[in-house]
Amino acid sequence: MSEETNAAAGTKTRQPALEGWFTLNQDQPHLIGNQCNSCGTYYFPRARHFCKNPVCNGEQFDDVELSRTGRVWSFTNAEYQPPPPYVAAEPFVPFTIAAVELAKEKMIVLGQVVAGVNPSDLRAGMEMELVLDTLFEDDSAEHITWKWKPVASNHHES
Amino acid sequence: MSHDIAILGVGMHPWGKWGRNFTEYGVKAARDALADSGVAWQDIGFVSGAATMRCGYPGYVAGATFAQALGWQGAEVNTSYAACASGSQALAAARSKILSGACEVALVVGADTTPKGFLAPQKGERPDDPDWVRFRLGITNPTYFALYARRRMEMYGDTQDDFARVKVKNAEHGFENPNARYRKKFTADDVAASNMVADPLRLMDICATSDGGAALVVSSLEYARKIGRGDAVKVAAISTVTPTYASAVIEMPDIATDSAAVVEAHSFRAALPVKAYEEAGISPRDVSVAEVYDLSTALELDWMEDLQLCERGQAAQLVRDGVTKVGGRLPVNPSGGLACFGEAVPAQAIAQVCELTWQLRGQAGARQVNGAQVGITANQGLFGHGSSVILKR
Repeated sequence: MSEETNAAAGTKTRQPALEGWFTLNQDQPHLIGNQCNSCGTYYFPRARHFCKNPVCNGEQFDDVELSRTGRVWSFTNAEYQPPPPYVAAEPFVPFTIAAVELAKEKMIVLGQVVAGVNPSDLRAGMEMELVLDTLFEDDSAEHITWKWKPVASNHHES
Repeated sequence: MSHDIAILGVGMHPWGKWGRNFTEYGVKAARDALADSGVAWQDIGFVSGAATMRCGYPGYVAGATFAQALGWQGAEVNTSYAACASGSQALAAARSKILSGACEVALVVGADTTPKGFLAPQKGERPDDPDWVRFRLGITNPTYFALYARRRMEMYGDTQDDFARVKVKNAEHGFENPNARYRKKFTADDVAASNMVADPLRLMDICATSDGGAALVVSSLEYARKIGRGDAVKVAAISTVTPTYASAVIEMPDIATDSAAVVEAHSFRAALPVKAYEEAGISPRDVSVAEVYDLSTALELDWMEDLQLCERGQAAQLVRDGVTKVGGRLPVNPSGGLACFGEAVPAQAIAQVCELTWQLRGQAGARQVNGAQVGITANQGLFGHGSSVILKR
């Protein structure tokens, strides 16, 4: 993305591309999941009404902020422009995607990876952290989503 | 009590990008299956259609659409929709009807006309629909295939060359199949030269979407004997089980897996054939041939392991050794698979059964698996749908 576009983005409102899916704390964002009061299982996106654990009759859930770091389960990229409702920049810029395993929640969460990280930069087991970044822009707003970003210490470990 | 039913007839409309009404493909396949069975259309008591979601109302009521196009004759109809497993569910509906004694002989039909390019979700802003959410985030079907492929590379040391070997093998099989859409002996160089779609998968690692139709005439064993077809190939098992919570592999169209924090993790793909083997009383060691859902080249390797045809992580070595080629010890996708067909969703699971029927009858021509006694299919689609069907002589 050019600096010019970034500057223009600064004047727009920032709004979540998916309302209520993540906190808007720019420095330490979290995905917002929930946890069943009865059995303790986690949900992302949040469960509503009924627990999906087949042995649980839970109907009450507490919102929880999910772990904001996890380890790469697998990764890929999108070299072809996805169809709508994906909103592509002109011209389309390929992006990397990671499936990241959260240790405490024992759950794998997909997300785009921040620009500048290619599949060749990733390995299974690498530590990733959650950041907020632009999914797309339109005339009125910058639409924000979560993305995965390699934790800086990975470079020293490998 | 035996759960077996007989396959009296099979038929297909060749796969392609014909751009015509799906009904035409289904009726052509049905007429071929009826001719192959020797059963008159008027004698069919139940028409079990697999629905297509892309062809308007006639697609939603496919069973009735095919029955009307073949000429209303008073049969009962039903339509099944189960994503990629629609054809197997249509077959399961026919089997239930037959085993309950409500009908003696049934026709199972699936056909589709598909648009070009990525399969995309319905229109509109629908953030409650996981299928809408993942496309909004830029996550397409090949994303999932590529995540599984890369996981193999990271866990087992599989390479892109291994994936290309699957394509080359299936291209050689499909070259001999008149119903296949792509009939060209692609080389590893062809695969390597094709565009990268979702790293590590290239265009030629990923199956296309196609038009096509497939049909089966199935009956009770008693009916088969009555018309002198006691030796017909039999359906020994149909598994259409749903996943078990917590489903721990990321699956289309979800953005996250279930949480295995308080319950055991399960693999859906691995569970599908388990019920089929149990129902058939057949062991993986008895399998002579398999038709699996190679949405990508790498996924064929996952399926070989999920079907327990080899240990986890060993599938690529079997391909390198030529074991899964026709002429090898355990041929996989002798039809050419989705690599040579492309996916015609409601017809595909039925087409797998057609191929295994020809193989078990010894009628598969140049792609014949010698002495095939037992065949197994596997497929998986969105929203917890999948199937595995076992046929035996």
